[in-house]
Amino acid sequence: MYANEYLTGEAELAEYVRPRSLEEALAIAGRGAKPLAGCTDLFPATDRPALGGALLDLTGVEGLSGITRTDRGWRIGAVTRWAEVAGAALPPAFDGLRAAAREVGAIQIQNAGTVGGNLCNASPAADGVPPLLTLDARVELASAAGRREMALAEFVTGPRRTALAEGEILTAVIVPEPAGRGAFLKLGARSSLVISIVMAAGRIDVAGGRVAEAAFSVGACSPVAVRLPALEAALAGLPVAEAADRVEAGLVVPALSALSDLRAEAGYRAEASVVLIRRLVAGLTGGAA
Amino acid sequence: MNRRADMVELTVNGARVAVAADPARRLSEVLREDLGLRGTKVGCDAGDCGACTVRVDGAAVCACLMPFGQAVGRNVETVEGLGGERLSALQESFLRHGAAQCGICTPGMLMAAAVLLDAVAQPSRAQVEDALAGVLCRCTGYAAIVDAVVAVGQGAAGPVPEAGAAVGQRVERLDGRAKVTGAEAFGADAAPEGALVARAVRSPHFAARFSFGDLAGWAAARGVEVFTAADIEGINSFGVIPDFADQPALAEGEVRFRGEAVAVVAGEAEMMAALDLGDFPVSWVPLEAITDPGAAIGGRPVLPSRSQNVLVRGRVARGAPEAALAGAAVVAEAEVRTAFVEHAYIEPEAGVAWMEGDVLAIRACTQAPGMDRADVARVLGLPAERVRIIPSATGGGFGSKLDLSLQPLIGLVALKTGRACRMVYSRAESLQSTTKRHPARMTGRIGTDAAGRVTGMVFQGAFDTGPYASWGPTVANRVPVHASGPYLTPNYLAETVALHTNNPVCGAFRGFGVPQAALLQELLYDDLAGRLGMDRLAFRQVNALPEGGPSVCGQEMRGVGIGACLDALAPRWAEALGEVEAFNAGGGRSRRGIGVASCWYGCGNTALPNPSTIRIGITRDGRLRLHQGATDIGQGSNTVIAQIAADGLGVALSAIELIGPDTALTPDAGKTSASRQTVVTGKAALRAAEALRAAILGRTNKGPEARIAFGPGRVLVSDATGTAEIALAGLAEDARGYVLSVEESYDPPTLALDENGQGSPYAVYGYGAQMAEVEVDMELGTVKVTRITAAHDLGRVINPMLAEGQIAGGIAQGLGMALMEDYVPGRTENLHDYLIPTVGDMPEIVPILIEVPDPEGPLGAKGLGEHALIPTAPAILSAVRHASGARITRLPALPHRVLAAIRAPGQEAAK
Repeated sequence: MYANEYLTGEAELAEYVRPRSLEEALAIAGRGAKPLAGCTDLFPATDRPALGGALLDLTGVEGLSGITRTDRGWRIGAVTRWAEVAGAALPPAFDGLRAAAREVGAIQIQNAGTVGGNLCNASPAADGVPPLLTLDARVELASAAGRREMALAEFVTGPRRTALAEGEILTAVIVPEPAGRGAFLKLGARSSLVISIVMAAGRIDVAGGRVAEAAFSVGACSPVAVRLPALEAALAGLPVAEAADRVEAGLVVPALSALSDLRAEAGYRAEASVVLIRRLVAGLTGGAA
Repeated sequence: MNRRADMVELTVNGARVAVAADPARRLSEVLREDLGLRGTKVGCDAGDCGACTVRVDGAAVCACLMPFGQAVGRNVETVEGLGGERLSALQESFLRHGAAQCGICTPGMLMAAAVLLDAVAQPSRAQVEDALAGVLCRCTGYAAIVDAVVAVGQGAAGPVPEAGAAVGQRVERLDGRAKVTGAEAFGADAAPEGALVARAVRSPHFAARFSFGDLAGWAAARGVEVFTAADIEGINSFGVIPDFADQPALAEGEVRFRGEAVAVVAGEAEMMAALDLGDFPVSWVPLEAITDPGAAIGGRPVLPSRSQNVLVRGRVARGAPEAALAGAAVVAEAEVRTAFVEHAYIEPEAGVAWMEGDVLAIRACTQAPGMDRADVARVLGLPAERVRIIPSATGGGFGSKLDLSLQPLIGLVALKTGRACRMVYSRAESLQSTTKRHPARMTGRIGTDAAGRVTGMVFQGAFDTGPYASWGPTVANRVPVHASGPYLTPNYLAETVALHTNNPVCGAFRGFGVPQAALLQELLYDDLAGRLGMDRLAFRQVNALPEGGPSVCGQEMRGVGIGACLDALAPRWAEALGEVEAFNAGGGRSRRGIGVASCWYGCGNTALPNPSTIRIGITRDGRLRLHQGATDIGQGSNTVIAQIAADGLGVALSAIELIGPDTALTPDAGKTSASRQTVVTGKAALRAAEALRAAILGRTNKGPEARIAFGPGRVLVSDATGTAEIALAGLAEDARGYVLSVEESYDPPTLALDENGQGSPYAVYGYGAQMAEVEVDMELGTVKVTRITAAHDLGRVINPMLAEGQIAGGIAQGLGMALMEDYVPGRTENLHDYLIPTVGDMPEIVPILIEVPDPEGPLGAKGLGEHALIPTAPAILSAVRHASGARITRLPALPHRVLAAIRAPGQEAAK
C-alpha cells in the first residue's frame, strides 16, 4: 500500500501576479489564484524555498492598506500591517487592538503580517480576533460578482475556516465608531513570540460612574474566539467600583469550550480566562484585581 | 513547477542589482543563493527565530517570509551592508561585549538592533529587549547582546595583552570578526558551484516496516537519483561509542523513530527545490510503537540485539545507604519527571561533500571531526585516510552535533556520483531526526542526622534513550557518579537504566543527564532543610564537599570549590530574603521567592582515555602557527586555547595564527564535549607551548625569563644580557613547512570504576552554585525569573568575558528546561510550538567567577560549559516553591502545573 495519495499533477498554472487595482485583483482571484499578503502563515506551512501554485499578491493593490475614518466609523484595509495598527492614532476603544498588534509575533512579523491575513487564516489563537470582536467589527468581502459585508463573528466559522467564497477577497474590516476604552491580555509560556494559552480582550464605556457598555471576548479557549454576552449583560449598569468583583466563572466559562493541549489543560484555560477578564475589567474601570 | 522569472531590479546594500528570480521564492533564498549574500542566516523558514532579519525600506522583516516579488524595486539591507572596510560601531560593540558566540543569530540581531539605533541613538535596556524580541539566540542568554547594543559607541576596543599576559584578560574572540560581518561560513554557507542538492525521505511513523516501489522509475521521471541502504558499502551502523554502534545511516526495512531516514534523493538544485517527496514510492506497515519508557521492559524489542529494551545500566555504591537512611533523623523522598529537551541551536544541520581525488571531503557543522571521520569511513566502507572532515563554523551544538547527521548521506552521494553534494536540514527535519536530552523518571531518598549532615542517599533513574544508543551509556554512567551533587554523602547507592523506545534518539545535551539528577537531589535538599528548620543555603554549606573529601566514587577530591561558591552567594541570599519577606507582606497577587542549587561536573570522558594533541610550528618566514583542532562551536576554544598557548610560549597573542580544525591539518583534539576543551586541549596546548619555548631558549642559551618575539625570518630572544636571534632561513623545513615544530598530547589521568563505581572517573572537576530570584503570579501560575546570581569555580579564569558568556548561556538553557521546554515528537516540530527563552524571558544575571586552582588543570583551570546549566533549573524551582509553596516534580513548570502545585494539599513554603 502506498501511503502517498498525491499524484504528480499536470503543469500547474504558475502565476504570481501583484496587481495595482482591486478590479484586476478580483479578476485574478476569480481564476482561482490564492490570495497572499504578509505570508507569515503561508511560508511557515511549507519547507520549500518558494510558495507553490497560482498566487495573487494583494500587497500592491491600491486602497487595501491603511486605516481611515469614514462616515460609518473606521475602515482598516485588509492589507494593513500590524505595525501600522500598533502605531496608529486611534480612539481609546482601539487600545486593545493596538495592544494585540504588539503581540503578533515580534516586530518582524508585525511589519509583514496583515489584519486581513490574520482573520482569513482563522487560527483559534489569532491575536486580532478577540479585540476586533469587542469592537463589533464587520468584514467587507469582494469578488468579481460584487461586494458583501458580514459581522466578523459570522465570518470566522471554525478553526482555519471562514465564510470566504471561491474567488472572494477580504478587502477591509469595518469598525462602527466605538465608545469607551479597550484592553487586551495574552497569556503564554514565554514573554514574546508565543502562541496564546489564553487571551482576552475587553472594552468598557463608562458614563456617570457606571458601566454604560461592556464588550468582552476570549480567544484560544474555543474553536473560534467568542464574545461573552452573559458577562456583558451582568456588567452593564454596574457602578465601576463593583465591576471587577462581579466577574465570576459562571459568566465566562459556559461560553468557552477549552481543550487540553501541549500548552495547558482545559480546566486551567477556563480558570485563567476568568482571571484575565477580571484583570481587564479592573484595568478598564480604574481599579486593581 | 516553473514560474516565470523576469529580470527585475532592487537596491541591495545601496547598489542597484538586477536579478531574475521566481517572485514566489523566499527573499532569504534569493539573497543567499542568487546574490551570494550568505550573511543572512536561515534557522527555521517560519519567522520563529529571526536569524534572517533584514531591512526592507528601513523596516525589519524576516527574509524567509517575504516573497521576492514584494522586494522588487525596494531597498533591501543585509548584514553585509552594515560595515565597510571598518566595522560599524554596532559590530565593534558586539565584538567587545562577546555578543557573538557561535554567531549564527548575530546577523539577525545586528539588523534588528540597527533598526532600533536609527530611531533611538542611546536606547534603554527595555527598548533593546523589545527590538530584539523577534530574534532567538541559544548561546548567549542575550545578556551580552543587550549590553552591546546599549553601549554602542561607548568604550574602547578590547585589551591587547602583552606577551605572556593573555590569560585572565577579556580578550575579544579571535574568530569574532567574521561572525559580526556575516562572513562566517556555517554548514549551509559554502558550496561549490553546481553542487548536487540532497534531501532525505523520512519516516512519518514511530515504528514501521517499509518497502520501496519503483525507485528507478520514480527517479528517472524526475531527473534525480535515489540512494538507499542497499547503496551503502560499509557497515551501516554508526554510533558515538563504537562498542554500541547501532544506528543505520539509512534504515533497512524497519524504522524505529519518527523522522528516521530511509532514502536520500539527489539532483540538480533547481530540480530539488521544487521536488515533491510526497509521492516517493515507499510503503509503510506501522508496528506497535514503544513510546512509554515505563512499558519498555518486556515490550516489543525495539532493536533485536537488545531484547529487553535495556541499553545499559549504571551503578555507584558506597557504604551502607539503607542502614544510614534507617538510622537518619530526617529522611526526604521524591519522584521527579523531566521532558525531552531539544538543543534548538539556530543552525539546522548542513554541509557539503566532495571528492578530492580518492579522498571524500566533508565540510559540515560538527562538534567532533575525529569521530565523524571514523564513523563516515565505517559506514561508507572507506579507510579513515580516505575521509577528510573539515568542520564548518557551527551554529550551536550543545551536544547534538557530536553525533553524525547528514555526513554519511552527502558522503554517499558524493562517493557514488563523483559530484559535490550539499544538504541543509529543514527545521522540522532537524527537530525530528537529531538527538534530545533524555527524559528522566527519577526517585530518591536522602537522610540526615539531627544536625543536618547528610548520612545517606538512594537514587534510581530511568532514562528514555530512544531506539539507538547514541550517548545513552554515557548518561547512564555519568548520572550515578554525579547524583549526590557536590556534597559529602558517605553512604550512597545510585542506579540508572537507559531504556530503548521508539521515541527520538536521546544523546548528549549539556550535562549528560546530570541536570536532570540535580533536580531531584536539590528538591530533596529543600525538603530536608525545611524539616530541619534550617536555612536552605546554610544546609548546603554544611554538606558541601570539603577539600580532600571522598566523592561518592571514593575519589580524594582536590581543588574543591563548592564551599567557596556557596559562600559567595551568602551576602545576596541574606539581603534577598529580607526583600522577599517585605514584598510578600504587601499582599497582592504575586509572591516572590529565592532558591539555591549547586553543581559539580567532571571534565572529560568518564574513566576512559580522552587525549588531545596540539601542534605548534614556526615557518621559515617567521610565522607562528597553532594547529588547534578543538571545534569552537561558540564556546570560545579558538581564543582560550590560543591564550593558553601564547602565555606558555611567552609571546603576544597577536603573533599566533590559528590553523584548523581540519582532520587533514590538525592533530586530533578530541570532541567538543564534556566541558573538556579548556582542560584537556588547553593542557596539551600548554605542554606544546612550553616545549617550543624550551627548544627556542635552548637554541639561544637564554634563561627562563627571556622574552620571545618574531621578526621576518627570525626569532628574537631577549633578556637582561641582550637579544639573541635564531635565523630561520638556515634551518631545515619539515614536511609541513616548519623549521621549528612541536606536537604534544595530554590525556587526563583517571582510574577505572569497579563494579561499585569506585575509582577516579575524572582528573578535574568544576563547581558552581546559583541563586534564583523569582516572582510567581498566584492566580495564573506564571513565573518571572528576575535575577540569577551565579558563582562558578573555574580554577583559573582564562577569559572572563567568554566565561561569563558560558554562564549566561547555560542559565538561559536551564531556565528554558525549568519553565517551558517540552519536545513532543510529532507535535512540536517547529520553533513556535517548541519554545525556548526569548530575550524578555531572561533575568538579570550576576556572575561571580571564583578561582580555586585545580592541581591537574592547565594553570589551575577547570571546565565550565556544562556546569553553568546544571544548577539553574533546580534553583528556579526552589525559588518558585519558596514564593508559592508549589513543590514542582514534573518539568517543565508550565503555568498550569505551577498553579496545580500551588493548590496541591500539604504544600509548605520553604524557609
